Amino acid sequence: MAVLLIAEHNNKELRPFTLNAVTAASQIDSDVHAVIIGQNSADVAKQLSELPVVKKVLSVEGAHYENFTAENFTPVIVKLAENYSHIVCSANTFGKNLMPRIAAHLDTSQVSDIIKVISPDTFLRPIYAGNAFATIKSNDAKKCVTIRPTSFDPCQSTGGSAPIEKVDASEEFSNTKFIKREEIKSDRPELGTARIVVSGGRGMQSGDNFKLITEIADKLGAAIGASRAAVDAGYISNDHQVGQTGKVVVPDLYIAVGISGAIQHLAGMKESKVIVAINKDGEAPIFSVADYGLEADLFEALPQFMEELNKLNTIQK
Amino acid sequence: MKILVAVKRVIDYNVQIRVKENGTGVVTDNVKMSTNPPDDNAIEEAVKIKEAGKAAEVVAVTVGEEKAQETVRKALAVGADRGIHVKVDGILEPLAVSKILQKIVDKEKPDLVFMGKQAIDDDCNQTGQMLSALLNWPQATFASKIDVKDNKLEVTREIDEGLETIEINVPAIVTCDLRLNEPRYASLPNIMKAKKKPIEEIAASDLGVDVSPRLEQLKVEEPPKRKAGIKVANVAELVQKLKNEAKVI
Repeated sequence: MAVLLIAEHNNKELRPFTLNAVTAASQIDSDVHAVIIGQNSADVAKQLSELPVVKKVLSVEGAHYENFTAENFTPVIVKLAENYSHIVCSANTFGKNLMPRIAAHLDTSQVSDIIKVISPDTFLRPIYAGNAFATIKSNDAKKCVTIRPTSFDPCQSTGGSAPIEKVDASEEFSNTKFIKREEIKSDRPELGTARIVVSGGRGMQSGDNFKLITEIADKLGAAIGASRAAVDAGYISNDHQVGQTGKVVVPDLYIAVGISGAIQHLAGMKESKVIVAINKDGEAPIFSVADYGLEADLFEALPQFMEELNKLNTIQK
Repeated sequence: MKILVAVKRVIDYNVQIRVKENGTGVVTDNVKMSTNPPDDNAIEEAVKIKEAGKAAEVVAVTVGEEKAQETVRKALAVGADRGIHVKVDGILEPLAVSKILQKIVDKEKPDLVFMGKQAIDDDCNQTGQMLSALLNWPQATFASKIDVKDNKLEVTREIDEGLETIEINVPAIVTCDLRLNEPRYASLPNIMKAKKKPIEEIAASDLGVDVSPRLEQLKVEEPPKRKAGIKVANVAELVQKLKNEAKVI
């Protein structure tokens, strides 16, 4: 039986991590179908049909799908699940909210946040904030799997022409009502997909001081991250948080400034390709994962860093 | 209104966990255990709602071995009225836990069920959503703000793109984010008082729920270690290394 991938989108376009989830789905079985549930989302269905890996697109339209409410999405997917061996989506807040509701209806034990497909029934997943990896085999007939997007490459996005099939909408769940969404807009790259991330911690001492980070991030074309301590102290908004309870990032370069390196922060960034730590406490745990450690006062180091960057003839973007 | 709060006993968040050499799990003997951190937020919120006069009773429930009862006792010490301990040995999957909680909901008939959004041991992030599916109740996951309005809740949810606000009708499930509130500490007099509050013990086997595992944990291993890095003397050296050695800028 084929694998059903649940597409994440905003009714206009696919969210980028859907491409990573498609890759994971295709590692489970080459027969990947994708379902798109939304309102006026024909453009997204078309975009999905162009992914070469996707063999068929199922499109479900309805006004009550406009805001991706799990209570409305679940019955559609549970019904479609009859024809599939696996249901797959990303383990971001969309998938985390939705998939367990589907799994419970199917009476199946979900496998959350996998980082590797070992075989169609066996997966690798981090536990204890990434301090251990568990190999899990599912013995359920139908498997519900969420995938950690940064652990899979995005699939190719053009060249395919899968058929798009319409599927009937289900009834509306009337006890949950969407009110509003406040999306944080930024000209910078998205934290989850940025090539470079510059993050500040409690050592920044104030929200105002984050301008030292902003300046460097702008110069490098980087996204801005933060530790939970910095977010809790109110220096920066929560959408910047990197860690077990925030975002997991895997950039080419991660620069941690004034971050001690609590277990929960390391869980969100230690897979980065190159890690730089700037901290005045030479014993800070962040140095144990850093490729390049600089023991220095960040209020001196950051302006110098900016000066040195200004001296470079070229900076990769 | 009556609020049921589910709490889980886990390895304390400050403990650096160790993987057992035989690959069967992590070392839990002689390791400090605590309430799962966002479950503390769930209890705090329920107690605050009661203190605001909007709830009549807060009941704390845990599912687990003998010692799991400590988490219920702690909840009683910070303001829960009574406790329920569903006794079961071994590790349960979230699906099994949500089926047990469904039985407790049938019995207690709460208007709201609160719990943490995720347990920091297995990091599954499933139980609340599964319970709301089994009950066919609305779910407000990853809550960072809750307003109680008669028979409705307005909940702000932490999502990847920012914040989302939804309105849900009671009865409902809310899973709590760490940012929801600042959990209080139990005072000594309240810890003493909590010892007198009742905890009902129920054997999971008496609930008629199939809790047999569906997943096999084949192996638990340490993640690959990063190779040790170097300390640089100054910023100029750092930028030079990033440019010419790591080639990332």
